[in-house]
Amino acid sequence: MEIGSWLQLLLFIGLLFLLTRPFGSYLYKVMETKEKTIFSPVLGGCEKLLFKALGRDVEKEQSWKQYGIALAFFSLAGMLLTYFVLRLQHILPLNPQHFAAVEPSLAFNTAASFAANTNWQNYAGESTMSHFSQMVGLTFQNFVSAAVGIAVAAALVRGIARKSVRTIGNFWADLIRVTLHVLLPLSIMLAIFFISQGVIQNFSADVKAACLEKPAGREPAQFIPQGPVASQEAIKILGTNGGGFFNANSSHPFENPTPLTNFIQLLAIFLIPSALTRYLGLMVGNKKHGWAVWSAMAVLFLASLMVCWTAEGKGNSRYPVLSASSGGNMEGKETRFGIFNSALYATVTTSASCGAVNSMHDSFTPLGGLMPLLNIQLGEVVYGGVGSGLSGMLIFVILAVFIAGLMVGRTPEYLGKKIESADIKLCVFYILASAILILAPAAWAAASRWGVAGISNHGPHGLSEMLYAFSSAAGNNGSAFAGLSANTPAYNTLLGLVMLAGRFLLMVPVLALAGNLAAKKVIPAGSGSFPVHGMTFIVLLVGTIIIVGLLTFFPALSLGPVVEHFIMTGSGKLF
Amino acid sequence: MRTAATSIFQKDILKQAVMDAVKKLDPRSLARNPVMFVTECCALLTTAALFQKSSGEPRGFIIQISLWLWFTVLFANFAEAVAEGRGKAQADSLRKTRSHTTANRMQPGQENAPVPAEALRKNDIVAVSAGETVPADGEVISGIATVDESAITGESAPVIRESGGDRSAVTGGTKVLSDKIIVRVTANPGESFLDRMISLVEGANRQKTPNEIALTILLSALSVIFLVAIFTLKFFGIYSGAWFSITVLVSLLVCLLPTTIGGLLSAIGIAGIDRLVQKNVLAMSGRAVEAAGDIDVLLLDKTGTITLGDRQAVRFIPAPGITVGTLADIAQLASLSDETPEGRSIVILAKKHGLRGRSIAEIPDARFVSFSAQTRMSGIDIGLHQFRKGAPDAIAAFAAIEFPQEMKRVIEEISREGGTALAVAEKEEALGVIHLKDIVKGGLRDRFIRLRAMGIKTIMITGDNRLTAATIAREAGVDDFLAEARPEDKMALIRKEQRNGYLVAMTGDGTNDAPALAQADVGVAMNTGTQAAKEAGNMVDLDSNPTKLIEIIETGKQMLMTRGALTTFSIANDVAKYFAILPAMLIVLFPEIAPLNIMKLGSPLSAILSAVVFNAMIIILLIPLALKGVKFKPMKAMALLRRNLVIYGLGGLAIPFAGIKIIDIVVNFFHLT
Repeated sequence: MEIGSWLQLLLFIGLLFLLTRPFGSYLYKVMETKEKTIFSPVLGGCEKLLFKALGRDVEKEQSWKQYGIALAFFSLAGMLLTYFVLRLQHILPLNPQHFAAVEPSLAFNTAASFAANTNWQNYAGESTMSHFSQMVGLTFQNFVSAAVGIAVAAALVRGIARKSVRTIGNFWADLIRVTLHVLLPLSIMLAIFFISQGVIQNFSADVKAACLEKPAGREPAQFIPQGPVASQEAIKILGTNGGGFFNANSSHPFENPTPLTNFIQLLAIFLIPSALTRYLGLMVGNKKHGWAVWSAMAVLFLASLMVCWTAEGKGNSRYPVLSASSGGNMEGKETRFGIFNSALYATVTTSASCGAVNSMHDSFTPLGGLMPLLNIQLGEVVYGGVGSGLSGMLIFVILAVFIAGLMVGRTPEYLGKKIESADIKLCVFYILASAILILAPAAWAAASRWGVAGISNHGPHGLSEMLYAFSSAAGNNGSAFAGLSANTPAYNTLLGLVMLAGRFLLMVPVLALAGNLAAKKVIPAGSGSFPVHGMTFIVLLVGTIIIVGLLTFFPALSLGPVVEHFIMTGSGKLF
Repeated sequence: MRTAATSIFQKDILKQAVMDAVKKLDPRSLARNPVMFVTECCALLTTAALFQKSSGEPRGFIIQISLWLWFTVLFANFAEAVAEGRGKAQADSLRKTRSHTTANRMQPGQENAPVPAEALRKNDIVAVSAGETVPADGEVISGIATVDESAITGESAPVIRESGGDRSAVTGGTKVLSDKIIVRVTANPGESFLDRMISLVEGANRQKTPNEIALTILLSALSVIFLVAIFTLKFFGIYSGAWFSITVLVSLLVCLLPTTIGGLLSAIGIAGIDRLVQKNVLAMSGRAVEAAGDIDVLLLDKTGTITLGDRQAVRFIPAPGITVGTLADIAQLASLSDETPEGRSIVILAKKHGLRGRSIAEIPDARFVSFSAQTRMSGIDIGLHQFRKGAPDAIAAFAAIEFPQEMKRVIEEISREGGTALAVAEKEEALGVIHLKDIVKGGLRDRFIRLRAMGIKTIMITGDNRLTAATIAREAGVDDFLAEARPEDKMALIRKEQRNGYLVAMTGDGTNDAPALAQADVGVAMNTGTQAAKEAGNMVDLDSNPTKLIEIIETGKQMLMTRGALTTFSIANDVAKYFAILPAMLIVLFPEIAPLNIMKLGSPLSAILSAVVFNAMIIILLIPLALKGVKFKPMKAMALLRRNLVIYGLGGLAIPFAGIKIIDIVVNFFHLT
């Protein structure tokens, strides 16, 4: 079994590595050279139509402000669309279960959540959302919010690669190209694959199944929810969205039926974020730099996975004492997936800002649960969300270069561009805002009645639940320590605002940085310039991410999972 | 000016620094440094906590924490004061030279009137005679004099100052030793070179450099992050049922704040300028020192910088049928009256061929023909012999012969290699050729190799033709050269390199260098140069040694490295401090957390106190490093980074674990908590 897990891990990392180069080059073709792709014969007409509809605006290069305004306008419109679809679902078609309109604070929370690529779900899909809401309100957002994330990363990379210009690309062109040439065709292929594996795709009402046993006090039948699952599942994974059709997300057999779908889902989550590092390397004309960033991500990913896997494998230290079987911690896990695939899925989904889950993180051991939480708090830069991961990573790269860059005896430069106070202001704004967005509302919740009312486990674990909720919201992850009952007006509103800020407020410094960097001159690289590839750089980057993350969150974590772990091992008490 | 390498801790400087450190506690002055400002606020908070009724911890503990927090601020102030103190000491010695000079002001149509030097204004004309002190900065408009500039440069040998040309600038405070000069004043009182030097070394109106500003922003943001982390910890504590006192929270905060780099940042900057002063270079701003570290391209004048300045004879090549000895003998005779450096070098080279030195007086019946630019030859007539040496065509004309084929070939070859060929002949007989060439200064090759290792490109500028330039460039080991350069070419070259994104440094002394000096990112003017050159550059080398540029770059790099090293060290330190303080904070409520106390510190209170003490002490311990700068070795950026990351990154992670543990042992030994 162990051998099988190791082999699977090897296969996973190996395939990811092999896919990064060709797919990164493909992204370069889509975003930069804007060549025809293999999908052009099919989708070219659609592309032409959209470009024509938008008129001259699509051809024009934009400054970072114009880019940002277009983005904000588009996302706000999308969010309003989702909000009204949810509010009006009772009069809209494709509602075989006759669900009522979604309650306002939940509709706001959900609209914000999907527009922000978070997919935090304070509802159970199968008992709240009509098929129309799922497809038009949510799946549509899954596509475009992912495209927006990729567009922003592409703009930042352009800013880094260009010299002495004021523009960073065109938002509309990026949005259309990515959606049509990357997300749509890949999702269709993925959806078809999922269907072949048994994921359902229909518009039916719940199917009534007769039960063999008569459950006490209930109707002797089970209702099995139906719907267009495969089409939503594909982009949920590919766009690191994570919002499941069903409440059980990827642990539901209709969402994730086989070991193969599980494996492909994991790979698909990392595919675009990983390929973006290759795109970075190609854009800046330094492929080694792209691989260095990829390697730093790989190191962080493997380290996190190892801790989580080991902790879950060991399980509760009380099991042996109680002479229970010590097969590791299986609470909250699908027996179909077991410990390794649950730990792997948890690590991937939290490293990547995806938020799809195939096990319940709330039931992990303290250390096993600490890792997903920490992955989110480190900024989800390990491959990361589509686009947002690379953007965050590049912020860390610039910070690392700035702190250590002086040590080569020059004022800091990143790829030949001087890092000056204006750039540092933007980078620290990003880091500072991410920290505050997590810590401040979590502290508020922890010390107030409405906050504590939502938690299901008290003690340190309750704190972890609240911390996880706000980390997940601010980091646009969307997964939950599900113990928290957050479908209350207070949580809905606060989490919704945090999600929006975590997405769109943080895009401001990223885009501004892109604009700043694009305008800079480039100092040609020489043997005296700061090396952004090789082991030293990888170690430096990994160190910077861990130290900045730990320094920010260690105090809070120490009262949550850390203390919980020591209490479990020390006195065997559980929460 | 030249101070015998000031030791870092001089007694009087230290005494003054202690007092200044206390004065600098004034929050208004501390507000310039956000990290230390927050630290001071924290110290105030814990001091106030002393007067709380029930503060949780024993009073003795709070007193000690407060004291050490105050010490943290004081130590940082002290570091800055020591750095400033060294400059102040130098400024004081400069001020002494300015004492009350009287000037002879000349006014048209009036008698010369003695006025105090302070009364002089720009464009006033003064006469300065032997024995008098030059009253103000100015330009010699007539006369020539030897001037003792040791007050400024520390160089005791007098220098010549004369009107016109590139040696016309005089500096206030220097002393005329001979003759009399008429000087036009070029600076108002308070704006003179000396005044600027004083305010520079004193750091009176020190501006933060761009990189310092960026670093301060980063440090401030880190401080805010820690403030948020600690502030929210209070609330998480409320949830967990833990009550954290102000003293404990503030201790944790101060330990996390980047106090080490925050406290030493300005000292590093001041010390950087100061180290240049020690090398007799005056940087007009910290920005210039910082730019020096970033230099990518170095423009060096050939003459005087790369070569000795004069061509030297290196070889005698006799004509067919003549021995080397004979040629050397006659060449020496013909050069005895040639006072140019070239002529003298021929005499010296001849000595190496076994000839003793001869003087003109030894040869009584000879008639000497001295060198002139018109004839382009020198020589000697002894009896019937008329020996001449000089430019080949001039000699051929004089001797009225055509040189033998062999000799012509040699002459051609020498010029092809970039050397100068001089012919030696008697009337109607060619005797041979003297090979003269530029001599590259000793040790330069190695320095250029070091520069290349640092990724810096060297470009030689010369008026010579391409052939000559290429030969010397190869010999000196520069990366590139600009031949047949006119002043405007130099400017164009700087612009071109800057357009490519490079930062350019150059030295210059002449008035026609001024535009290029101003254009260059680092322009080092020679102190012997004109006023215009000195105004245009952003550094002045008092020794007027063009190769100093290399040291200037190294100093700039060293300053930046020191800043980076201490920042990395400071941030890496925080990991250990968490492991000291957090378990101490939680252990009362959660005894199970004991394994997190990996340093096995004695008690919760001693752990917190030890971390705070370490945090303060490390500032004092690192002052020498901040002032001297980290060790600089020219090597590639990759190797430098690896080396410094290991020392200051890993070191920064490990050292505090040991340091806090040791302090904790001491604290527990004396039962301080």
